[in-house]
Amino acid sequence: MIASEIRDEILDILGDIAPDEDLSNLADDKPFREQLELDSMDFLDIVMELRKRHRIQIPEEDYTHLASMGSTVAYLEPLMKDIAKK
Amino acid sequence: MSTHAPDSLPDEQRIVITGVGLTAPNGNNLTEYRQALLRGQSGVSNYEIRYVGPTLAGVCKFDALRYQSKKDLRRGTRAGSVGIYAAGEAIADAGLEWSSVEKSRVGIYLGVTEHGNVETENEIFLLKGYDYDTAYWSHHHNPRTVANNPAGEVSLNLGVTGPHYTIGAACAAGNAGLIQGAQMLRLGDCDLALAGGVSESIHTFGIFASFKAQGALASHADPTKASRPFDVNRNGIVVAEGGCVFVLERLSDARARGAKIYGELAGYAINTDATDFVLPNPDRQAECIQLALTRAGIAPRDIDIVSTHATGTGQGDAQECAALRKAFAESDKTFFNNTKSFIGHAMGAAGALELAGNLPSFVDGMCHATINVDELDPDCALTTLVTNEPRPIGQCEYILNNSFGMLGINSAVIIRRFA
Repeated sequence: MIASEIRDEILDILGDIAPDEDLSNLADDKPFREQLELDSMDFLDIVMELRKRHRIQIPEEDYTHLASMGSTVAYLEPLMKDIAKK
Repeated sequence: MSTHAPDSLPDEQRIVITGVGLTAPNGNNLTEYRQALLRGQSGVSNYEIRYVGPTLAGVCKFDALRYQSKKDLRRGTRAGSVGIYAAGEAIADAGLEWSSVEKSRVGIYLGVTEHGNVETENEIFLLKGYDYDTAYWSHHHNPRTVANNPAGEVSLNLGVTGPHYTIGAACAAGNAGLIQGAQMLRLGDCDLALAGGVSESIHTFGIFASFKAQGALASHADPTKASRPFDVNRNGIVVAEGGCVFVLERLSDARARGAKIYGELAGYAINTDATDFVLPNPDRQAECIQLALTRAGIAPRDIDIVSTHATGTGQGDAQECAALRKAFAESDKTFFNNTKSFIGHAMGAAGALELAGNLPSFVDGMCHATINVDELDPDCALTTLVTNEPRPIGQCEYILNNSFGMLGINSAVIIRRFA
């Protein structure tokens, strides 16, 4: 997957986790929490969905990389470069 | 023995029902539900669940998004959602201005037959797809399966900071929730109780499979005919989901705010068979009924309607009828009906839903029937059993609601017309 595909995948996951939110204007450089009502259980949902969908294991010490869309995509790019878009 | 007889108590100890919120397989508010009961409309339909396959169930079709966001619905449990809907409807029905209610003085007491089976089964099912690697087990599992979950979800939804918990009482739980709420009001632990019962049981295959293994799962070519307590051809239980929450208040508080009053708690009792895991004991059931009557300070013939517990099993129905013949031997004016014949067995919600379905009798003077009695089982013969068609009974003063459960828990609640 390339960066834009990873971004689409995260948006899809967020759509499941935060179904009441409008994700169309999500700014990549701002923390998710400043734009969406997400709590720690929601971030664990992002981690779990990546694990279930793509078998990606994200260690707890790396959770801080999931703060914004930009940082999430940057963190996932090397981990997902060999994963084909479904 | 302590008495609960309303006339012997000060207004601060008298407990009244001032709101009813419910979802049943044949109605999503008291008006719809009552009309369905008087029309003879069943809520049982074809249903399929993993591993068990095609079966029958009482399925609710309430608008869950009326009181919950999509996110909260996804995060929570079906039992929580049922509870939130019923509580929201009860508060609206009670005419409470929720924003001005002191949330620390509200208590939530919901009866459950079981809780957590649905989520555990779902997680294990999903885990199988990951070769049982527990790294894929959901972090939502614990908050969804803790026993207080349904009541806790209601507290989160409503911002209630007073006590909340569930009451595990098998199929007597609906009555037990109401009783707990009344007790907490009398103790002064809360000023307003949201009390009743909830069930999500149709979403666990285990309950169907276990009843089937026990030879106690109903089947019938016509789903609406499957739940048939007292009929000679009854063949078991139709599992149902549902919920019913009552707003309970002390009479003094209800009067102060000019609340509409559905009825007044006149007496109640809970006792235990201590004889078998599943088989009922009619002697203990009769004692439970008698204890509730004694506490209410009334005689059997004062009861106008007995809402029976009967579930449609061969032995259970006959045993309850034996208990009723014993407890009501001296009364020829007490009518008996059964609500499970319409909606199936709503487990933790059953007691509360069945009581709610009868409350309008105080106003309309009708006793709804037990339907699907094509051939009355002689072992279930009660001379004043109201079969198949509702019956006008004139002014109804007292309703007694039976609810019994596994491990020998018995409960009876008596509600008096408020005049």
